[in-house]
Amino acid sequence: MSSDTKKVLFGPVVDNNPIALQVLGVCSALAVTSSMENALVMSLAVMLVTAFSNLFISIIRNQIPSSVRIIVQMAIIASLVIVVDQVLKAFSYQLSKELSVFIGLIITNCIVMGRAEAFAMKEKPGVSFLDGIGNGLGYGAVLMVVAFFRELFGFGTLFGVEIFQLTQNGGWYQGNGLLVLPFSSFFIIGLIIWAIRQWKPEQVEKD
Amino acid sequence: MSKTKKTETVAGTLTFVLIICLVCAALVSVAAVGLKPLQTANKLLDKQTKILEASNILAIALKPENIKVAGSEDKSIVSTYEKYVVAKMIDLDSGAFIDGDVNAFDERSAARDVTQSIKPKNDIAGINRRANSAVVYLVNNEQGQLTTIVLPILGMGLWDLMYGFVGLEADLNTVSSVIYSDLKETPGLGAEVLNPKWKALWPGKKMFNEQGDIAIKIVKGGAKKGDIHGVDALSGATLTSNGVEHTLHFWLGDEGYGPFISKFKDGGLD
Repeated sequence: MSSDTKKVLFGPVVDNNPIALQVLGVCSALAVTSSMENALVMSLAVMLVTAFSNLFISIIRNQIPSSVRIIVQMAIIASLVIVVDQVLKAFSYQLSKELSVFIGLIITNCIVMGRAEAFAMKEKPGVSFLDGIGNGLGYGAVLMVVAFFRELFGFGTLFGVEIFQLTQNGGWYQGNGLLVLPFSSFFIIGLIIWAIRQWKPEQVEKD
Repeated sequence: MSKTKKTETVAGTLTFVLIICLVCAALVSVAAVGLKPLQTANKLLDKQTKILEASNILAIALKPENIKVAGSEDKSIVSTYEKYVVAKMIDLDSGAFIDGDVNAFDERSAARDVTQSIKPKNDIAGINRRANSAVVYLVNNEQGQLTTIVLPILGMGLWDLMYGFVGLEADLNTVSSVIYSDLKETPGLGAEVLNPKWKALWPGKKMFNEQGDIAIKIVKGGAKKGDIHGVDALSGATLTSNGVEHTLHFWLGDEGYGPFISKFKDGGLD
């Protein structure tokens, strides 16, 4: 793998993370991170949508009339999201029930639009596709970390497997009610951003 | 980007947009139509699983000897359902069985249709509109005797309507289960209605007292030992707990399954 491809694919995981650095797509990161399983499926869905929307938009980037380019991007993204939603309903009904509206809301996820507009409109299809996968990975990485803390300390489980036994099930662990609620992700995402910038000080904005 | 792009003219833009729309529409339609059978099957399976759970016979379907091929739990659930469960349509106001396609009946769309639903006079469950008919599930044992009747219920929780099933034993008084299938309550608080420990509090409780009045209640701070009508409230979820109580009171009452239950008790049904 050439260093360029590597940069496009893995750059967004830490160096140029869509949530931590670009601060995009935070809304869904709040909503679906109460369990690792939901976060994983959501990450995969966003990754697929970003990758394929980047691919298709990049293929037709020289034909898209600039006056209607945002609408054209939206049409392509929306179609892909509906397909993902339909596939989930067909093959993973329980998960689609839990994620329900959030899958539909991928359409409004700024990461997808952001990458289409900022990257796929200028670059070749292959590298755009990789950029989509990379940003999906970056989004997923943050989601998984947030979900890890929320599920473990909120419900005492990981991927639904009991780690700490909750008091209401006769155990010793009193679930943290704050982490169960969506807004707790703000704190965790904030701490993640702080940790990344502590590690890579060049990400800190200059005053 | 070259300035002489063909699609920058008005006609070019319109043509381009039209083509994109057609391609996207085709993609979405193919996915929706192609996956429809699988989705319908999933929905049905989900419902059948809940009904088996509500009548406490899901365990039969999941017994190792009933699962012929590894991973075919789904098939076993369908065959168990077909063996033990009979779905029947009833008219809620009269409580009588009526003819109707139980598979095609959709409670939610019926409740939205003004010709097929009414506005309850005493809407304690907060459902706004109630369908005129309902599908009830009669569950038989190996010998073909009626053991459980599963009634679909819905009512307002804290955030939104909660859909579920209540299973009653053949006396239509003893509870066999209260199972929620679809809700948007707060995880860890209201959504604990799905906790197996809480669901285990229900079997054996009595819905009605000796005078025949609805007596089931949710008790904050925990029901007294031996209280046959009281079930512990969920801690931290008062509004969800109240919602469950109101839902049961509505559906057991005159505007819910009340007429059906009294008819059934009188032996007025076949």
